[in-house]
Amino acid sequence: MKAIITVTGIDGVGIVASVSTVCAKYGVNINDISQSVIGEYFAMIMVANIDEITIPFNEFVDIIEALGKEKGLVINAMHEDIFSSMHRI
Amino acid sequence: MNLYSNVDILETINMIRSENLDIRTITMGISLFDCVSDDIGTLCDRIYDKITKTAQNLVQTGRDIEKKYGVPIIHKRVSVTPISLIGGRADPDGYVKIAKALDHAAESVGINFIGGFTAITQKGMTLGAASLLEAIPQAISETKFLCSSVNAASTKAGINMDAIVKCAGIIKQLAYLTKDDQSIGCAKFVVFANAPDDNPFMAGAFNGVGEPESVINVGVSGPGVVASAIRRAGECDLSALAEIVKKTAFKITRVGQLVAREASEKLNVPFGIVDLSLAPTPAIGDSVAHIIEEMGIEKCGGCGTTACLAILNDAVKKGGVMASSHVGGLSGAFIPVSEDAGMISAVTCGALSIEKLEAMTAVCSVGLDMIAIPGDTPEAVIGGLIADEISIGVVNTKTTAVRVIPAYGKKVGDKVSFGGLLGDAPVMQISTYSPEKFISRGGRIPAPIHSLKN
Repeated sequence: MKAIITVTGIDGVGIVASVSTVCAKYGVNINDISQSVIGEYFAMIMVANIDEITIPFNEFVDIIEALGKEKGLVINAMHEDIFSSMHRI
Repeated sequence: MNLYSNVDILETINMIRSENLDIRTITMGISLFDCVSDDIGTLCDRIYDKITKTAQNLVQTGRDIEKKYGVPIIHKRVSVTPISLIGGRADPDGYVKIAKALDHAAESVGINFIGGFTAITQKGMTLGAASLLEAIPQAISETKFLCSSVNAASTKAGINMDAIVKCAGIIKQLAYLTKDDQSIGCAKFVVFANAPDDNPFMAGAFNGVGEPESVINVGVSGPGVVASAIRRAGECDLSALAEIVKKTAFKITRVGQLVAREASEKLNVPFGIVDLSLAPTPAIGDSVAHIIEEMGIEKCGGCGTTACLAILNDAVKKGGVMASSHVGGLSGAFIPVSEDAGMISAVTCGALSIEKLEAMTAVCSVGLDMIAIPGDTPEAVIGGLIADEISIGVVNTKTTAVRVIPAYGKKVGDKVSFGGLLGDAPVMQISTYSPEKFISRGGRIPAPIHSLKN
């Protein structure tokens, strides 16, 4: 199973590091990262494997969203099924 | 390799964050047939126990799914067997007791509405149905979460005008009994033609007789997503426009199907249907009227509005039907006035009248919905309004309904504010020429010839 983690907000030092630290802490394995900085804005989409996650996924969602609030960013984690359902027949 | 691109991911996130995509409701249908008892106290206890046991995890499961997929699920609700079918020999006081048991159960499981205080009367009235109808004003005005409906007509049976006359009286009583609360009781009572057995939307939800012991029905939403897609398309012809609506409806419905399947698995309750209705809210950017305006009508209600709504309704069904294994309920665009910022604005500026709304209901679901009219509107006029709307449903073999609010003490130009998703309703002008003589004839309007299909 995979999750999609998206991060948007004002660019700053250590965004990728802070998100990946949380992922590593809970056994979330990052498969792919694409990021871009437009002007002062930072946007990142992370595809991560959650087969080995050590806590319930919904708790991870809370933790990653709280990290976003702490850093002044919008961070969301969503189960990939919503994307595959919507965009693939 | 992923099955979707970054563009797809951003599109989904944008739909949820900026365009108000949500799942409007997960509604659990619960049969109450096994609660039947000749003792009203036992019946009420069994109803309470069955609902609180069957739906105990509904709200938490809804929240869990919401978090997992990042898509808001606005309502978690319950619909039950039409109460007139299980009340047995209960008198109106007994039906009020059942109403309170249902309300208590709704509060205990944490849902925001429970539907099914319902009578099925298209061909005539049983003793149970008559008692339930008599109980509705007190039942609704003395409960918080209960919704009530009456099916007064069907294409097969024709129109029960006696039931419609009674419903008009109920509406007036509800307006009076809840006058201190903007006549909100009327917002919880709806009169139907061809009421569906699996509708997840309130106030008309009930769990019909052919439904399972318990079932999960899901109502999607997303007028804002459709309006944005049309806006982005810019200048295109109507075939292309319909195509855009279809594709968008497909995507919205897929989310509904995903949520319905997951809720069904987690609750161990069979999946019933996904209802494809585009349900607006008073929030900016969540309006069906604005879709019509994006299509090219200066203000909703102008000439061309009904044609736009017909395109929208048809394309939503065509897109949605392939996205779900079972489609049902009302499945069409809703046009409730008070719950749609664009409709409120169109009524306020004089672009949209009751007569135009009635025409619009011929091509969409569900009917004259959440319309405030002057508090002194006579019962006969309300009866005539219901008869007109119900006739559209019966003759066109579709569901129509009336949820109208004769706001006590208010006149044309005033406003009633219900707050929340029920929104604000400007009090609308309604013809005052009397249909009294027609209404007082009573009896049944025969079923149309095309009901004879066998």
